[in-house]
Amino acid sequence: MSELSHGPGTRTSVNVSLFITCLGDSYFPRAGIAAVKVLEHLGCKVDFPEAQTCCGQPMFNNGFHDDARKLARRMIRVFERSEAVVTVSGSCASMIREYYAGLFSQEPAVAAAAHQLAGKTYEFAEFLKGPLGVDLRALGARWKGSTTYHYSCHLRGLGVTTEATDLLSQVDGVDFRPLRSPEQCCGFGGTFATKYPEISGAMVRDKARDIAGTGAQTVVSSEPGCTMNIQGACRRLGYEIAFKSLPELIAESLGLLDAGGGPGGGAA
Amino acid sequence: MSTAPPSSLPPIAEPHSSASLPPEEHPLHVSLPYDLRPRSARAVRDVRLQQFVGGATAIRDRARVDIFREDFGDRSEGIKRLAGSIKQHTLDHLDWYLGRFIENARARGVIVHVARDGNEANEICASIAAAKGCKTCVKSKSMVTEETGLLPVLESRGVKTIETDLGEFIIQLDHDAPSHLVAPMIHKDRTAVGRAFTRELGVPYTEDPRELAGIARDYLRKAYAQADLGISGANFLVAETGSIVLCTNEGNGRFCTSAPPVHIAVAGIEKLIPAMEHLGVMLKVLARSATAQPLTCYTHIVTGPRRADEHDGPREVHLVLLDNGRSAMLAAETRELLRCIRCGACLNACPVYRRIGGHSYGSVYSGPIGAVITPLLKGLHNYPDLPHATSLCGACYEACPVKIDIPRRLIGLRERMVRERLAGPAERLAMAVWSRVVGNGWSYLFSSRAMRLTLRELARAQGLLNGSDPFASRAWFPSLPGPLKAWTEERDFPSPTESSFRDWWRDREGERS
Repeated sequence: MSELSHGPGTRTSVNVSLFITCLGDSYFPRAGIAAVKVLEHLGCKVDFPEAQTCCGQPMFNNGFHDDARKLARRMIRVFERSEAVVTVSGSCASMIREYYAGLFSQEPAVAAAAHQLAGKTYEFAEFLKGPLGVDLRALGARWKGSTTYHYSCHLRGLGVTTEATDLLSQVDGVDFRPLRSPEQCCGFGGTFATKYPEISGAMVRDKARDIAGTGAQTVVSSEPGCTMNIQGACRRLGYEIAFKSLPELIAESLGLLDAGGGPGGGAA
Repeated sequence: MSTAPPSSLPPIAEPHSSASLPPEEHPLHVSLPYDLRPRSARAVRDVRLQQFVGGATAIRDRARVDIFREDFGDRSEGIKRLAGSIKQHTLDHLDWYLGRFIENARARGVIVHVARDGNEANEICASIAAAKGCKTCVKSKSMVTEETGLLPVLESRGVKTIETDLGEFIIQLDHDAPSHLVAPMIHKDRTAVGRAFTRELGVPYTEDPRELAGIARDYLRKAYAQADLGISGANFLVAETGSIVLCTNEGNGRFCTSAPPVHIAVAGIEKLIPAMEHLGVMLKVLARSATAQPLTCYTHIVTGPRRADEHDGPREVHLVLLDNGRSAMLAAETRELLRCIRCGACLNACPVYRRIGGHSYGSVYSGPIGAVITPLLKGLHNYPDLPHATSLCGACYEACPVKIDIPRRLIGLRERMVRERLAGPAERLAMAVWSRVVGNGWSYLFSSRAMRLTLRELARAQGLLNGSDPFASRAWFPSLPGPLKAWTEERDFPSPTESSFRDWWRDREGERS
């Protein structure tokens, strides 16, 4: 990380490759757009390797490791030359960081490349707080509204804990309302949501009620899978709450994106 | 202990046995292969179960986090890693430590038996009881004897057996089965206890916990005085001294192992630790993880039977070392699972366990650790749901005091199911197609575009589209067919946005060049 020079709230000159993820690309493009704008605002040079596809997590988690290995091999190649890889999804980042190298225990050269990719892959908030050392106060971030934050489980594995809430606390005007059980899973779990819908449904309703109990108008939720799940449950339960990823909120707070959308739909 | 002559015990309920209930109805001894869904679906709709199990586990989980933070602070992870490495080291050299333990235990006068499986263990216990003419057995809480199904075997051989842990006593009275490693009756409330006491013991109804505990205490005191056999499990076996360590909060374990003339301890081979200096570390993490106590109220260390100069304690101590599938788990990729000290912290932390309760797992070992060891002990083909009925959230791994990476092991079991062709043909086909489609840049783009167009067209036809931002506006489907039907039974499903991130990127690059 030494080559990533930085100072609080200051501009940097890091080359960043965006890893958009499957769901991010098709379902949450605004989060990716916001991430690009924020990173560029902070002085990073952002590129988007268009050959990227899926990290292989769905296959891996379901036990289809030969299939996952093919996709991992592809991703390792795609990001081989990148200086840093940043993604909005902690889940896909954890696939790369925690599991890629283990898939190539029989191929030391690929395992080494997997280790190298793991060492330079970051979740968005982690990248801002860690390598960039951003202080949003120094950048004059301002966003008015009450928010709560959904902590996604895969951040645990990455060792990411308070990065996102620290950043939110640096935004002037944010009225932050914590969840009662932030560490409790929302019940998404990939194919778990459709394999065991009753259990998953019960879990996500717990999460939705916890969110509604905060009285916040906006949920900051960056993990695409969790957001689909929780927002879908909030709609089903009739809770009028807007959803926004952390990059979107930060981009809006810095005047890089227009605040869009209303509760429950729109720019969620 | 009272010196008055023991009065006779009032009749007690027949113990729960798989013979007295249809096999699919017994909470733990189920017909195989086991289908989790009917029970889990019933459990999530059971408001009382949600209240008891969800509430109690959340309180226990919070208390565990607090006591680790207060007592160890930043060193919490360090002590967990140390405890894990003590167990791992012992398992890495299990043959050596077993030999040492057996030698030292025998030198202290313990009669050591080795059982390959549960039936052998039960037979050993029953034949000791028969040889000694034992008629009444007091038993302290032990998961391993639940695993072997010892109690019905003893009863069938004419040995009246009484569970003495208060929770287990209530479970036995109410013909129920434990649903949590540490808190066996976590799924019950005091009204159920009051009813069971009235029905089975003929006492006037009360639901006052103090009174209920008093009734149980009176009953159990008589049982201890009358018993000629005590059976316990073991929390740890210390190789250096040949000692059996028991941790309890009620003192019942101490009664069971010191009042009757014969004591039989049953323990899995994974309970070993090298020496007394390691016991301190293990006790520190066990009680904090299990019940958020610095130490259990009683830590009982049995090192051989009563000696010539001693006035009490059993005249004979037997130890049954049980394998029952454990040595197969010593294989490299599953060995760490044998570190488990049965503290129950992963159950309390697990959002799935909180929702479905212990009986949904259809096995003695429930929760995250049960989901991973039950298929290994009893066959993956017999429990195909257990590795999958989890969101892999990792709360169990974070809670575990011996650092067992349960999510990774669950994925390992899923991988084995694919390798052993236990995964269904539909899933195999879906995964093969999916990975091929997304494994190629062109087909990835084509398929995501096709998915977008299909879902947006469907949304348009149903009048669900709203908003005009191409990168943010989306429709929400209240119901969808096919593979997404299960999703929309519980919550809405979104459509993709009109344009993708890639569209935005290309437009921008186009403008720039």
